[in-house]
Amino acid sequence: MPSLKDLKNKITSIKNTRKITKAMQMVAAAKLRRAQEAAEAGRPYAERMNAVMAGLSASVGGSTSAPRLLAGTGSNKVHLLVVMTAERGLCGGFNSTIVRLARVRINALLGQGKTVKILTVGKKGREQLKRDFAAHFVGHVDLSEVKRVGYVQAQAIAKDILQRFDAGEFDVATLFFNRFQSVIAQVPTAQQVIPAKFEAVEDTTTALYDYEPSEEGILADLLPRGVATQVFTALLENGASEQGARMSAMDNATRNAGDMIDKYTTIYNRSRQAAITKELIEIISGAEAL
Amino acid sequence: MAATLQFDLVSPEKRLASFQAVEVQIPGADGDMTAMEGHTPTITTLRPGILKAVGTDKTLAFAVTGGFAEITAAGVSVLAEQAVPVEDLSGTVLDGMIDQARELASMALPDDKDMAEKLVQDMMALRQHQAH
Repeated sequence: MPSLKDLKNKITSIKNTRKITKAMQMVAAAKLRRAQEAAEAGRPYAERMNAVMAGLSASVGGSTSAPRLLAGTGSNKVHLLVVMTAERGLCGGFNSTIVRLARVRINALLGQGKTVKILTVGKKGREQLKRDFAAHFVGHVDLSEVKRVGYVQAQAIAKDILQRFDAGEFDVATLFFNRFQSVIAQVPTAQQVIPAKFEAVEDTTTALYDYEPSEEGILADLLPRGVATQVFTALLENGASEQGARMSAMDNATRNAGDMIDKYTTIYNRSRQAAITKELIEIISGAEAL
Repeated sequence: MAATLQFDLVSPEKRLASFQAVEVQIPGADGDMTAMEGHTPTITTLRPGILKAVGTDKTLAFAVTGGFAEITAAGVSVLAEQAVPVEDLSGTVLDGMIDQARELASMALPDDKDMAEKLVQDMMALRQHQAH
């Protein structure tokens, strides 16, 4: 049976924790709004880009002169997995869900006898994957100094990926990130970026375009940009997801702390009452003995 | 009233402009072009230059560094990698962009070297144009 003083200390400490989690929740809520706005703002560009490239690749894709970024290298022996996670923890299952998805994929690929290379973005994923797959690491992008993720960061990551591709370091590149659905739901997603894959173009009314310079020329110019755009979209979705996950995790933590405070307060009151009753019994029985 | 077309300018980070324009002047990679209502559907890449949209009541001009434009009979959407309103364009901003382009050109692979150097030249031209 803990003493009254111990209980009191415990309650104070949980109250402090609750204050911190509450503050973190509110900070995450504010950041989430900004991250969501950024994701919204980036959508028109990405959608338009995707539509144009899908149209182009549909018309060029069949030919033998199709760029390697679209047609691939002809083999799929070496896979580059770009695992994008957060720089910070305390955001519920956000980081582990991405890592779990990546881990399943890595094991599957290794099982098929493929070579796996891992590029991590964000400290948390690196830490978790390093334990099992340290030998497969080829690089890490640190965004912990970056306050607000911009297109510049996406370009840098894309450039890194493209340089490795040009150097023939891998055949297939896949991005791993969390797609933001709502504050309580983030969907871990694996998206193949090289060779480029597009969802089928649904609108068949697409006008026949004139291309300046040529279709191939435009496609060659667009494909690297497309990689950067996809990386950027992934970063934005990830950013919104991280804050959403953190917000709900901290909301839960705050509620748990409240429950614990209630529980310990009850125990505290009960033991206080028990102590008083005990004292009374002692006094009364002492008086009766006389 | 002159027939108008929908003009959209988007960068990866945000939508910069969206309004009804009478004509849009585009710095295409193969030469400048002006798109008006009823233009043949065209997709062109951009070279660094001034993009100008003339509306019925306003005219907006942006310095763009690259990207592409999708022209249809009813509208023009420009997807620019980087776009700065001309009013905000100062020598220092441009110099920054030129430095960036130079840096890229110096790192470019031999195949892309010409392209990257042309980009620097285009930027310099833009800079001179702006100084006058």
